[in-house]
Amino acid sequence: MSVRPSDYPPPFAPSEAVAAPTDPVDERIEVGICIVGGGPAGLAAAIRLGQLMEEDPATAERLGEVPVAVIEKGKAAGSHLLSGAVINPRGLQRLFKDRKRVDEMPFYGPVPGESVLFLTQKRAVRIPTPPTMVNHHNYIASLSRLGRWLAEEAEELGATILPETSAEKLLVDGGRVVGIRTGDRGRGRAGEELSNFEPGSDVAARVTILCEGTQGHLTGAALDRFGLRSENPQVWALGVKEVWKVAKPLREVVHTMGWPLRPGRKYREFGGSFIYPMGDDMVTIGLVVGLDYRDAELSVHDLLQELKTHPRVRRILEGGERVQWGAKTIPEGGFVALPRRFHAPGLLLCGDGVGLVNVPALKGIHYAVESGRLAAEAAWRSLARGASARDALASYDESLRDSFIWSDLREVRNMRQAFGRGFYLGGALASAMTATKGRFPPGNARTERDAEQSLLSTSRASSYPAADGVLTFDKLSSVFASGNRTRDDQPNHIRVQTKVPREVAEMWARMCPAQVYEVGEADGDGTVEVNLAPSNCVQCGAITAKGGRLTPPEGGSGPEYTLT
Amino acid sequence: MAKTLVFLEHHEGQIQKGSLGALAKAASAGDAHGVLVGSGVRSLADGVGTTVWVADDERLAAPLPQPRVDVLAKLVRDEGYDTVLFAQSVLAADVSAGLAARLEAGVNWGLVDFVGEQGRAPQLQDTVVVDVGWSTPVRIGVFRAGALDATALSGSSEVKDAAVELEDFSTSAEMVEQAHAEQQGPSIEDADVIVAGGRGLGEPEKFALAEELAKALGGAVAATRAVVDAGWYPYSAQVGQTGKTVSPKLYVALGISGAIQHKVGMQGSGTIVAINKDPNAPIFEFSDLGVVGDLHEIVPKLTELVRARRS
Amino acid sequence: MKIAVCVKAVPDAAAGRRIDPATNRLDRSAELAISDFDTYAVEEALKLKEAGGDGEVVVVSMGPERAMDALRKALAMGADRAVLVTDASLEGGDLLVTSKALAGALESEAPDLVLFGQQSADGGGACLWAAVGERLRRPVVSQVSELTVDGGSLTGKRQTEFGYDTIRAPLPAIVAVSDAINTPRYPSLKGIMGAKKKPQETVSADGGASGTTVAGLNPPPARGESRRIEDDGSAAEQIVEFLAEKRFV
Repeated sequence: MSVRPSDYPPPFAPSEAVAAPTDPVDERIEVGICIVGGGPAGLAAAIRLGQLMEEDPATAERLGEVPVAVIEKGKAAGSHLLSGAVINPRGLQRLFKDRKRVDEMPFYGPVPGESVLFLTQKRAVRIPTPPTMVNHHNYIASLSRLGRWLAEEAEELGATILPETSAEKLLVDGGRVVGIRTGDRGRGRAGEELSNFEPGSDVAARVTILCEGTQGHLTGAALDRFGLRSENPQVWALGVKEVWKVAKPLREVVHTMGWPLRPGRKYREFGGSFIYPMGDDMVTIGLVVGLDYRDAELSVHDLLQELKTHPRVRRILEGGERVQWGAKTIPEGGFVALPRRFHAPGLLLCGDGVGLVNVPALKGIHYAVESGRLAAEAAWRSLARGASARDALASYDESLRDSFIWSDLREVRNMRQAFGRGFYLGGALASAMTATKGRFPPGNARTERDAEQSLLSTSRASSYPAADGVLTFDKLSSVFASGNRTRDDQPNHIRVQTKVPREVAEMWARMCPAQVYEVGEADGDGTVEVNLAPSNCVQCGAITAKGGRLTPPEGGSGPEYTLT
Repeated sequence: MAKTLVFLEHHEGQIQKGSLGALAKAASAGDAHGVLVGSGVRSLADGVGTTVWVADDERLAAPLPQPRVDVLAKLVRDEGYDTVLFAQSVLAADVSAGLAARLEAGVNWGLVDFVGEQGRAPQLQDTVVVDVGWSTPVRIGVFRAGALDATALSGSSEVKDAAVELEDFSTSAEMVEQAHAEQQGPSIEDADVIVAGGRGLGEPEKFALAEELAKALGGAVAATRAVVDAGWYPYSAQVGQTGKTVSPKLYVALGISGAIQHKVGMQGSGTIVAINKDPNAPIFEFSDLGVVGDLHEIVPKLTELVRARRS
Repeated sequence: MKIAVCVKAVPDAAAGRRIDPATNRLDRSAELAISDFDTYAVEEALKLKEAGGDGEVVVVSMGPERAMDALRKALAMGADRAVLVTDASLEGGDLLVTSKALAGALESEAPDLVLFGQQSADGGGACLWAAVGERLRRPVVSQVSELTVDGGSLTGKRQTEFGYDTIRAPLPAIVAVSDAINTPRYPSLKGIMGAKKKPQETVSADGGASGTTVAGLNPPPARGESRRIEDDGSAAEQIVEFLAEKRFV
């Protein structure tokens, strides 16, 4: 009997994240528009709102003393942002118009050139760049750094950024979203109140815009509560990356496919790596693997370490020093997994949280920015005198469908699923789709839940390199390099069943880049205990894709990315 | 050649070893004299092996810093000392900083050495060693605890009386009750010797091994995050990134792998001895003596041998 | 009662504290945050103000202009005002410069009590409070793990290597508190949002000249020969020999 992680669902009900307001009215925090998530979508929304407030102060008055609040669970804006990244500047250009030129944005310059390599264990063969991946006219950036810059811009335009604040519940009253509830701080391991316990607060807002990114906590709750989920489940990939100081500049953007991932259909190892220059003295390298993989011993972190030993890659990093590490999931379901609607009463949904990612092009940031901008405009329309809030928020959906986001995603809608048939067949199908701009094959290929893939055991782990502390690193020192200093005595924020078959426990232990899960004692009935070290968690979200559930820990916890 | 005054801190009838170490160091660089401040401390000056100023006054009985600033400042000005050295302690830290402000003299602390016109001070959790200097006529230096050897001086111990002229504000704080604590054992931040236990101990009861060894060595017991998480030992004993940072002279790590989260809390230790059955444990990369073996067998024997040696 | 809390904005730990090779001083160009140790002092000031029923808590700091952002955390916790002493000439200043600049600002404020955190998270070991107390000519009590204020005097429990002393001093006085004294509160959401509106002023000051220099940086000494042994039954004896060599037994 094959084991599937989905057979062991986590002790979590989405309704836990939805509640009516409980604070007395005079203790509630009143804001005009509440944006959850200080990433590219949330900050774009905040910036657009700031611009609109400048143009129309009369309407701005309606938003009260705190017109725009951005709730950010990281230590600062940027602390939890991680991507490659090569960014299509289109979204930011539409956001800033003539207020900011591209050369004023914190990029590491335009893409100087690019190559795509197919790797075997020892060799690298250059292949023609697939049309979906051409990066001409795009810019290299650190998303974390871009986030910090966007936050400063948003604040200058009047937004209030509230870091170290987690959004724990969506507040719904009379079928309408009326705001969010922030998380408590100062609880101990067993949930007890410590001496500096600070309860969360109800934040009341006229419109709530969820921009939580991958595995958004409230976004998931909202999709369930308002029946917005697509028929096709969302699927994810896990990306693990490092930032290195290097001795020789890298002069092109590199993508690789093939080794160390296996092409066979039964393995379902879809993904590849990216190696981008960040200026002359830094390089970022990352490996992205679809979480529908089946091998219980697969560890994306360790595969990244293995990748670095390839002669072609090793050359790039020689003489350098690792300065940062991080991990995050990416939604890969694309067009077919998008929600039925992106709005509900009092609510708008943006960005990676709802899967606005173009997988073949590896792009999602400019969609996040554009969706944030469109959401801001829809929210603003709902404030106009005599406006129907319902119609105004519904107009967000229309604007999304009219945008380049929609047309781009539709064109590549079946590509990722094609790779479920293995690398070579998938590649052939993908080429056909590109050539026909998505018209062939017709229809929409379904997606399958990552956790429903049954597990295989191979001896994958035997190829992982031992950490040498110079080129390759173990998970614990990598967690350190993410800046994670989470307080140890917090309540556990990860929901998983802690008594599962050995293969499931092992799969989680390997899957997690931060070594949160450990296979514990055998219980004698074929199951083992799962031990957790939640303070290692960098909140990548992989566990949610593979049978558990990540919930937001105390605000301020987790990684403190600056260059990812 | 420097003319140095060294603050000789004393407690319950004994001059602190650190002060004697600073004195020995100063003597190798020029004239070095000591100063003893207190009440009924004159006899401590015997056998020091150099000139010792004694400021003996009942107003100086309590080990409070500000009156000592008054005494030292006057000595420096009257006798023309160009260097004043201290060995790190709670008291010395306050005296040296107050003296610096009084004399407008530069002060460098955390020194491990003094070479010519410069001192050497490790900084940023010992990841860098900085060459520090002074730009004022009078230089003040504070040596790190345990950095110097208290080798005896062989000169003649001349005792001189230091004038005691105290400012009003210096004497306005008063000691209501002085610590007489019978030492239970040092707290881990102050301990010279720490025995730390990790997961390799196997179970909470085995912490007794660490405790016995610590007692035999006169040290404190610390723990890694993993065992504190598991409830084997209290959080107050946790050493590491999310616990305390310690730099004892001797750190004995039992069953500790040495992951970086732990390492940053103790890498400044003088001597590190690690016992672990895993030959690949990262701790062996930065320990001075690494022992691959079963701590359950080694530690009880070690404790006995240490006890035998010390008695 | 007016309480001033001296805090330092230091490079955020995660940004990675490093020495700037151009100046040989701590690279302070990264994000700044209030030193963790200082939050205990802020908390203690807030507790004293709450116990007394009224009063004012002012945070005072010396640093570059962008340090004001870091001071907002103290305002978010509940402090009433922030004063930043800033001037290009103060940049990279040592104990003499910093204590002089702070003392200047504190003299204008004339608080009843000045609190410091016990250690500087970046410079390590700096006893700023003792130097400031000297310049203000006021009593100083450090390493305080318990503090009460009654009428015109304070009583503090001071932790030394030898145990706890109880010290009494008249106000105005300077106290450095240890991290054992309390558990700093988390700023409430209202506090964070209200911080921006609280008075924040910058003042200039003369710090005079530094008394210390930094001549160079060196990598840490290699730990020296690292010995490795496998237990063949005699490990305990070998360890004791090693300890004896190093004079631990």
